[in-house]
Amino acid sequence: MSRFLRPAARFAATARAAAAVRPAASSPFIARAAAVPRVQQRRTYAESSGVKEYTVREALNEALAEELELNPKVFIMGEEVAQYNGAYKVTKGLLDRFGDKRVIDTPITEMGFAGLAVGAALSGLHPVCEFMTFNFAMQAIDHIVNSAAKTLYMSGGIQPCNITFRGPNGFAAGVAAQHSQDYSAWYGSIPGLKVVSPWSAEDAKGLLKAAIRDPNPVVVLENELLYGQAFPMSEAAQKDDFVLPFGKAKIERPGKDLTIVSLSRCVGQSLVAAENLKKKYGVEAEVINLRSIKPLDVDAIVKSVKKTHRLLAVESGFPAFGVGAEILALTMEYAFDYLDTPAQRITGADVPTPYAQKLEEMSFPTEPLIEDFAAKMLRV
Amino acid sequence: MKSLRLSRPPPAALFRRGALRPASTLSASTSTARPPPPHQRPRPALQQRRHASSLSQRPDAKYLMFPGAVKSQFSHELRFVQPSAHEALPTYRAVDQHGVVVDPSFAPDLSDEEVVKLYRDMLTVSIMDVVMFDAQRQGRVSFYMVSAGEEAVSVATASALAPEDVIFCQYREQGVFKQRGFELSDFMNQLFANHKDPGKGRNMPVHYGSRELNIHTISSPLATQLPQAAGAAYALKVQRMQDPSVPPRVVATYFGEGAASEGDFHAALNMAATRSCPVIFICRNNGYAISTPTLEQYRGDGIASRGVGYGIDTIRVDGNDFWAVREVTRRAREMALQDGGKPVLIEAMTYRVSHHSTSDDSFAYRARVEVEDWKRRDNPIARLRKWMEAKGIWDENQEREARESIRRDVLKAFSEAEREKKPPIRAMFEDVYEELTPELQEQMKQLRRHLEKYPEEYDVSPFEGGKESLDK
Repeated sequence: MSRFLRPAARFAATARAAAAVRPAASSPFIARAAAVPRVQQRRTYAESSGVKEYTVREALNEALAEELELNPKVFIMGEEVAQYNGAYKVTKGLLDRFGDKRVIDTPITEMGFAGLAVGAALSGLHPVCEFMTFNFAMQAIDHIVNSAAKTLYMSGGIQPCNITFRGPNGFAAGVAAQHSQDYSAWYGSIPGLKVVSPWSAEDAKGLLKAAIRDPNPVVVLENELLYGQAFPMSEAAQKDDFVLPFGKAKIERPGKDLTIVSLSRCVGQSLVAAENLKKKYGVEAEVINLRSIKPLDVDAIVKSVKKTHRLLAVESGFPAFGVGAEILALTMEYAFDYLDTPAQRITGADVPTPYAQKLEEMSFPTEPLIEDFAAKMLRV
Repeated sequence: MKSLRLSRPPPAALFRRGALRPASTLSASTSTARPPPPHQRPRPALQQRRHASSLSQRPDAKYLMFPGAVKSQFSHELRFVQPSAHEALPTYRAVDQHGVVVDPSFAPDLSDEEVVKLYRDMLTVSIMDVVMFDAQRQGRVSFYMVSAGEEAVSVATASALAPEDVIFCQYREQGVFKQRGFELSDFMNQLFANHKDPGKGRNMPVHYGSRELNIHTISSPLATQLPQAAGAAYALKVQRMQDPSVPPRVVATYFGEGAASEGDFHAALNMAATRSCPVIFICRNNGYAISTPTLEQYRGDGIASRGVGYGIDTIRVDGNDFWAVREVTRRAREMALQDGGKPVLIEAMTYRVSHHSTSDDSFAYRARVEVEDWKRRDNPIARLRKWMEAKGIWDENQEREARESIRRDVLKAFSEAEREKKPPIRAMFEDVYEELTPELQEQMKQLRRHLEKYPEEYDVSPFEGGKESLDK
């Protein structure tokens, strides 16, 4: 029975059948590309419009402020979120604007304030629970997994839990193993949770707002190294009704020769690598920004692989049982006949992240590494 | 983490757990992520208020005025506080084990009929427990938990709360459900996980829940209900702040003394105290956490002393005394609503006459005679019965009649529930998320096609609606 309760079941029936009609091609990628229409999903900005630069931090702050303004049930709690404006200043100014009943400093007890937030959510409020980093959320993971994610189901549908867990996740700089771990795969494996991982400022704002509005528990995995990075923010995204749908990936850069599937900070790295690949070898890599880990946009990945016939997953978590592993497995299950070369992954190293800078650099994906690995896959 | 101080001052104390970052490790691409240096940080007006509490003491003051202990008197005597030197906190009792009133100020606040109703609730739980324990032994349910010896704690506390008050149980509080109006059929439908189970057959037996009765569904992980109860209380407080016409409500939450060893318990007390949440923590100190006796569970004066440590109003009560438990809870509820809300801790001393669950044989770790002794010497049901008999509102005949009719009703509900159909297959897919996701819809359709294709392989008749439930 279990083979029916799987993600992406909808591809199971079509994966093989569709492969039969695939056109044969002699040249590895050039011949095929002509037949494939260019994907028009990429967001473009009207030149004269009011596009503004936003850091990810500002985007998150705006999202929180707007949702606090919009819905009196929303409140934010965590360590240092109020008086100190957040350990990473994401909640800057919110205490002054919304008061200490809605922007709440807590004692240092993750299981305490996560539990309190879950209880408040089960009673009808919409808490945003900030973890100083998701590394510390391990102390509270029982509340996230066993209570927030499962209560709706186990109560027979009577107890919704509209809660948002957010905070920095994944690689950071100079903070060693206990502050640099990526939890995408941990939360991504839990039915009942929705998990998103924004890269750009628009991602950050649109996904966080969607998370707060979504009636389910949502885990928003931000990245510390992105907080200060600036991105263009379209006029639409600056409005207070801007939300991004879950389960929809974004093609950040269209291409025909290789699909790079990535998330969070690795998206930016993959885009740089893709540019270099074009400059050096004239190949076009398509870069997919997953945005959402659960639900995962398998459709977008399969569609892209059907076009490029090569897949490379880039993520910063540990290699074993990770997001990369999942993407490769899904590709193998649902797009195997379209692959011209084994799907590959670049991940973080299988060691507790070292503190020493040079060792740390070797522990995570880098732009040159992605570039070289992709070139090898493409045999250019 | 003083020992980890770096030679260079850290840019900002971002990490409380020691790993402060030296500036040199930040590469150019990452430096943008750093928070502004301390002198650029905004200083909101509220920050002033917090500092006001951290005045150092005036010259020649007799009291300590450090922010962490504002009323401590200076002493010239070097003396450690020894817990053993303190007398144990007293245990409040209104009626003794012979059913005789010992608190002169005690006056029953219930009519005779109301007392009898609550007595029957306790009796019902006790009889249902025996029937269901045996049913598990016969293999008719997979699991059950008995609450023998602890009926007063659940029924009496629940009777002192308002029906609108929100409750988080642990798992041994059948009496709370019964007192609030859970019918025998409600219990049985959950235990047999049939299609009438509001939990749709997704939970282990005894994990009851009821939206109508304002009781959250029981969750197995120990002590997680405690911080959640504090959170629910906070939600009630916020709701009332936003709409003062809502009647004041409290949250009550139950746990055993074993659960009080979990970090969640300590987190919950601290959070509830600092956020001033109107929540009543009710500890059933029943002597055993599965096989671990209290002496190996904790040191110090029970759970009550912990409450005092967290700055919470606390009382210890004889958990086998129905009237004392009721009176204590009634007062606790009043206190919890004072001053805009605050937590209260009740430690009810009792004895777990039952095995921990059907998966446990407690005679492996305690003497049978110990249990028999407790049963005979002090039982909450017997104690209330003696009080009622002394008052002349109950007698031997009524007792026999009540026991017989309750047992009949239990068995009737039992056999009816056992015959009901199982929840629809569709229920497997629902409520994972608020909405049925496209993935889940597709999985459902696929299962439907499969069942259609191989009708000989699957018997779907026990399930409500058969395979057609997948069509909707």
